[in-house]
Amino acid sequence: MKKIVELKNVSKSFDGELVLDHINLDIYDNEFLTLLGPSGCGKTTTLRIIGGFETADEGEVIFMGEEIGDVPPHKRNVNTVFQRYALFPHLNVFENVAFPLREKKVPKAEIEQRVGEMIKLVALTGFEKRSVTSLSGGQQQRVAIARALVGRPKVLLLDEPLAALDLKLRKDMQQELKNIQKATGITFIFVTHDQEEALSMSDTVVVMSEGRIQQIGTPIDIYNEPKNAFVADFIGESNILDGVMLRDRKVSFSGHLFDCVDEGFAPREPVDVVVRPEDVDIVAPEKGMLQGTVTSVTFLGVHYEIIVDIDGFKWMIQTTDFVDVDEHIGLYIEPDAIHIMKKSEYSGMFGDYSSYSMELDEIGELEQIEELGELTEEPVEEAKEAESEA
Amino acid sequence: MKTASKIYTGLVMLFLFAPIAILLVFSFNDSKSLSVFSEFSLHWYRELFRDSETLGAVRNTLVLAVCAALLSTAMGTAAAVGIHKLKSRYMRAVMDTVTNIPMINPDIITGISLMLMFVFVGRLFGAATSLNFATMLIAHITFCLPYVILQVLPKLQQMDKALPEAAMDLGCTPMRAFLKVEVPEIMPGIVTGLIMAFTLSLDDFVISYFTSGNGFQTLPIRIYNMTKKTVTPKMYALATIIFFVILFLLLLSNLTDADTVQAVRTAREKKKAKNKA
Repeated sequence: MKKIVELKNVSKSFDGELVLDHINLDIYDNEFLTLLGPSGCGKTTTLRIIGGFETADEGEVIFMGEEIGDVPPHKRNVNTVFQRYALFPHLNVFENVAFPLREKKVPKAEIEQRVGEMIKLVALTGFEKRSVTSLSGGQQQRVAIARALVGRPKVLLLDEPLAALDLKLRKDMQQELKNIQKATGITFIFVTHDQEEALSMSDTVVVMSEGRIQQIGTPIDIYNEPKNAFVADFIGESNILDGVMLRDRKVSFSGHLFDCVDEGFAPREPVDVVVRPEDVDIVAPEKGMLQGTVTSVTFLGVHYEIIVDIDGFKWMIQTTDFVDVDEHIGLYIEPDAIHIMKKSEYSGMFGDYSSYSMELDEIGELEQIEELGELTEEPVEEAKEAESEA
Repeated sequence: MKTASKIYTGLVMLFLFAPIAILLVFSFNDSKSLSVFSEFSLHWYRELFRDSETLGAVRNTLVLAVCAALLSTAMGTAAAVGIHKLKSRYMRAVMDTVTNIPMINPDIITGISLMLMFVFVGRLFGAATSLNFATMLIAHITFCLPYVILQVLPKLQQMDKALPEAAMDLGCTPMRAFLKVEVPEIMPGIVTGLIMAFTLSLDDFVISYFTSGNGFQTLPIRIYNMTKKTVTPKMYALATIIFFVILFLLLLSNLTDADTVQAVRTAREKKKAKNKA
């Protein structure tokens, strides 16, 4: 496979604060690559450096074999879909999509044809003459994608393009983006903080934290073989425990010796052990490898999410069997459900569910606030109307 | 409560518009009397248009206002863009303050200080009379500039800062991105600024009085000079005409305001959608 973008030792700081810390990343032709991480991890800055809106303090940005660190955005064969779309409000749908072609002085007939094709690709036929301000969020998103693709860039950068859409629309757009990427064969670099989005769409996921790349891999690799506690915690739910690797395929944690499938650690090496909540079986206490007491049960539709206290460490387990709070249960874990990681700076920071009930999902929180906003806005409007009528 | 509020509104309206109404009525009075309306006539309007000195002053005022409005709009827009681009919060505060000074400064102080400066610089280069059209134009630009900046800057701040980036991303040089994308976005501010600068320049007396010279006379100064003798109803006719010109400009400025434009646009689209359905 051909490398299309290479970042070599790229660093960037804002006001003396290091945002990117010596990033090395190869992006291949025709790939759907996602930069995934919490806010402030440097993913958007990475994207903006590739787009040409920021200049790296250190390191090289190589595009198709050429260093482009000093090339301004309008001379790069890269286009961007912005977070809030950045459509031009004074132009209609057709003119927005035609904008880059008009700038390049493409002949009129060709503009008509190419814009028509793009509008068809994003399923907006019939909307050509509409003002972009009159479109819904999803439709504006499509215009932004068509506008970014019409100039046939080598690489499309997408900066959290689905963040402003509601959940259902977001799911549809995920599928559609994936289809567009396959149909056009253009390399997509997608930035998101939503791990589900990253896993479902990408060929390659790059997990970032604190300006550093934590892991690069396929979605399956990232989920099944996380490199450190940060990745294990950020992607899905994980119980992360302190363990000791006694020898190949034997690990001890929570006071019990387990069979596992990992090899290549030093004898008696301290390690982080990851067990996914869905990989734990609940059995009778006497049959379990570990025994504990259920402290909370949450019904989530597909399964129950239960928290089990085992010698002070709170495990999260997802199960379809019902158990009651205060019930004494046994846990059974298959050898291939145990994943061993080397100790890292993130060891001990994640993976215990003691404070889980207080933890609020970042996105869930935002949505809640938005909903609250809508709820409070309307009565105010109504009150105003009532007042003006009186 | 309701009747009270109606009476109050009525009073406000009365005090706002009664003087103008009286002016308007008496400008059509045949006689010179301020107490008796004898007969409707256009006599004073005819008189006015026969007064070549006043008409010259009108022409001067318009030329000055157009020049001052255009130049201050161009300079003010450029200044607003510059201030908007400032990264340091401290520098921005400094620029805001500097911008506001000519607005809060009493006109008389601005006028005297400008006059002093013009005379001083003129003497420095050995000119006998240094006050003329150019000095007045500079003075007018000086006091119009902050109003233009104050109209344009909020439009820049309201604009999605990704818009110029998107334009550059799609092949525009920074300059073209400004002209093709930013200017259309801030146009309502530019137009309002232009109209404001025009009316301010048209209206100004105090600063003009101090900075005019060399036989260059604007309308407010001409009127002032005339009132030193006796006020003829010719002036009512002139004032009536000016009032309606300003009223027209005010309406124009309100109509170009972004919110109004937006409201009209959405209303139109709703109508269209309804027609389709």
